[in-house]
Amino acid sequence: MEKRVVFRSAWLPYALVAPQIAITVVFFFWPAAQAVWYSFQLQDAFGLKTQFVGLQNFAALFKDGNYLDSFRVTAVFSALVAFIGIAISLLLAAMADRVLRGALAYKTLLVWPYAVAPAVAGVLWAFLFAPSIGIVTYVLKGFGVDWNWILDGDQAMLLIVIASVWKQISYNFLFFLAGLQSIPRSLIEAAAIDGAGPTRRFWTVVFPLLSPTTFFLLVVNVVYAFFDTFGVIDATTQGGPAQATQILVYKVYHDGVKAADLGSSSAQSVILMFIVIALTVVQFRFIERKVQY
Amino acid sequence: MAAVSLRNVRKSYTSDLQVIHGVSMDIADGEFIVILGPSGCGKSTLLRMVAGLETITAGEITIGDRVVNNLEPKDRDIAMVFQNYALYPHMSVYDNMSYGLRIRGLSKEDISQRVKKAADILELSKFLDRKPRALSGGQRQRVAMGRAIVREPQVFLFDEPLSNLDAKLRVQMRGELQALHRRLGTTSLFVTHDQVEAMTLAQRMIVMNAGRAEQIGAPLEVYAKPATTFVAGFIGSPPMNLIPRDGKLLGIRPEHLEPCGEAEAMLSVQVDLIEPLGADTLVYGHIGDPGGNGGNGGAGARVAARLHASVDARTGRLPLRYDTGNVHWFDPASGKRIEG
Amino acid sequence: MVENRPGLTFFAHAVLVAGVLLVAFPVYVTFVASTHTLEAILQVPMPLWPGDRFWENYTQVLTAGSTKGSKAAAATMLVNSTVMALVIPLGKITISILSAFAIVYFRFPLRMFIFWMIFVTLMLPVEVRIIPTFKVIADLGMLNSYAGLTVPLIASATATFLFRQFFMTVPDELAEAARVDGASPMRFFRDVLLPLSKTTMAALFVIQFIYGWNQYLWPLLITTDESMYTTVIGIKRMIVGGDATNEWNLIMATAILAMLPPALVVLLMQKWFVKGLVETEK
Repeated sequence: MEKRVVFRSAWLPYALVAPQIAITVVFFFWPAAQAVWYSFQLQDAFGLKTQFVGLQNFAALFKDGNYLDSFRVTAVFSALVAFIGIAISLLLAAMADRVLRGALAYKTLLVWPYAVAPAVAGVLWAFLFAPSIGIVTYVLKGFGVDWNWILDGDQAMLLIVIASVWKQISYNFLFFLAGLQSIPRSLIEAAAIDGAGPTRRFWTVVFPLLSPTTFFLLVVNVVYAFFDTFGVIDATTQGGPAQATQILVYKVYHDGVKAADLGSSSAQSVILMFIVIALTVVQFRFIERKVQY
Repeated sequence: MAAVSLRNVRKSYTSDLQVIHGVSMDIADGEFIVILGPSGCGKSTLLRMVAGLETITAGEITIGDRVVNNLEPKDRDIAMVFQNYALYPHMSVYDNMSYGLRIRGLSKEDISQRVKKAADILELSKFLDRKPRALSGGQRQRVAMGRAIVREPQVFLFDEPLSNLDAKLRVQMRGELQALHRRLGTTSLFVTHDQVEAMTLAQRMIVMNAGRAEQIGAPLEVYAKPATTFVAGFIGSPPMNLIPRDGKLLGIRPEHLEPCGEAEAMLSVQVDLIEPLGADTLVYGHIGDPGGNGGNGGAGARVAARLHASVDARTGRLPLRYDTGNVHWFDPASGKRIEG
Repeated sequence: MVENRPGLTFFAHAVLVAGVLLVAFPVYVTFVASTHTLEAILQVPMPLWPGDRFWENYTQVLTAGSTKGSKAAAATMLVNSTVMALVIPLGKITISILSAFAIVYFRFPLRMFIFWMIFVTLMLPVEVRIIPTFKVIADLGMLNSYAGLTVPLIASATATFLFRQFFMTVPDELAEAARVDGASPMRFFRDVLLPLSKTTMAALFVIQFIYGWNQYLWPLLITTDESMYTTVIGIKRMIVGGDATNEWNLIMATAILAMLPPALVVLLMQKWFVKGLVETEK
């Protein structure tokens, strides 16, 4: 869709886009191009000499057990965050859509965690689950569970999943609630007249109609788990113990900033770029399909 | 006020997509011209070319004694009323009407005086502080006209301004537009697809079809002597009957047909639809057996007739006659009127 | 509700209440911890009712900061966070609305090229270009500065697309009427487009305020000076080691301070917040 041509000026449109283009070039394209450039180079330990090594950095990465492990960690982490987050939010949204009284109050009480920074969410949950002083740790001990995420990789993973899901529930909830409210009442009523009970109605009528929303949230949650959870991890496990929670983004940061391995970190950045491009394409395919409805 | 002239005006978007195929017309100072045609005929494009909202591919448009082809709309001294009114939704009625004047840098007193005067004429004085969404459709329409009036332009351009109103309001606004034109005497171009609007408002009209001017003339003249079969079919309701005869097309308006005895029958119609309207009755049918038609064709052609209400119309065979003075002849190939 | 089943309705309320409590629980514990002495918190289990050190703890973090790790005062960090949370949305709205205006209302060579340039930034989040971006900032001398904290984050494809989408819904006739009225492009932009964009701007502002306030990786990279820390970074920098070595009461007080402004914005501007959230994702 295009506007009918309305204004003509030889210079004005360029002046209008100039600020955004300047920032985009300086802070997006130039660094991204440099990341690609560095990814083909090897730097010595002091950063004094660099040499062009072609795809060697990439080859090294795919032979590196740690890096492949990071892929596995990322996959497990995003799957858990997306699945648990979507399941809980869908349950809450379905309930909020059912109740007549207090729906707005529940909505208000459920949306605010969106405002909490991921890093702060991480700190909050790390405190609750702190191995020696955490209140949840204390309760778990009562049930005979020995909780120490600083030593136990699975528990560390569970911690960052909980913190990440907690922060994301409000987002998923809002989209599910909007999706549920856009389903025509008459459809539900028709199903009820056909004799379907509430549970059956949900799975045979409501859930299929929500599938565009669910798919959309799946993509958004995966993107969230890939990138936005950096703060959660840095504020809690910092990738540990023994890289059990080192997702790809954290490894880029760790190798580049802490280990100062520029070539490898840049190669990882380039691989991440391809992942983002793939995710963006999936998202846009989906939006195109949505338009056709 | 000024005269407007179009000299062989053309518009094409690409080399093989031409939407206006050379329209020429001289509009006298103060004249009210209606551009009439079906949707997609290029009438709005033509108006927008006069306004300066569309570029002119070839030809020349002059307003007063200036060629305006390359002038911006604001420099053409025109004002326009849009089909959807295009009122600025966040501005009050007063601000909507005065916006163009403020941009032109008129003094506050001058602006307020002009707006008040226009508001008086249009009976909008009570609504000057309201936002457009708090107005009815008819009132919004008036604000759109007010916005044009306060500018005191050389030419008014109307792009189907009444088509969003309900039937009753449309009749009323038609009357008000006529009164306004009598009062201000500003040269006006008015685009519509509604032939009643065209007949009632126009001093002269230009009937357009597929980017061409089919006929230019006073409404009654166009009605009485349609230049082409398109005009004959477009103006009049129901439209003129066109019956193939002797290798030509015989045109006869429904109101010029009257029932008669079998012996005098000039047309024999098989009636299949009757619409009693009160004052008169419309009957529709097709020409039946060729016997009653002089044996020279036209069988199967659709025919409509407007009969006096006293006629007891029934489905079935109906013999009809007409005055030969009311007959029009057209060339079937070119669609053009054959004189004499 | 199709049928009336009190049992089901009760169940729905029970699930929702459980959800609300689950969501609120960590924040409640955080608040409780922020009102006790460190000794009280280090007891196992820690108290579950607010203590009496509210003023002392909050006064200390606001004016002096913690004694371990980062010693930045929360007042300074709150100012820094506020700067980020205000400059990023305002900057974003400004540059995005201008470029969207150019892309929608003008035809010019390179138009599609520029459109795609902006689109591609979607695929380049900070996370994938950490080191080189850091270098650019360092080369420009923007480390430890407000400009460094904000400017690189104000270019955004989503905001530009949001305005573009809104402009597409503005009737063409408004621009034409303005043209006939004699308005120049910028005058039309100021007098017509800008007032009509108010709700879109408000929605975007709320979302971007939260985005700016909650930035983590970016300030972590480019601030080394404690006086430039944002609140979120400050909290992380106050954690120095194992459980008992941290001043949890002060950390938690700072966490409450870090959550309060964005949470208030979400709650008070809920309508814009929801609109912004839903529309930026279209």
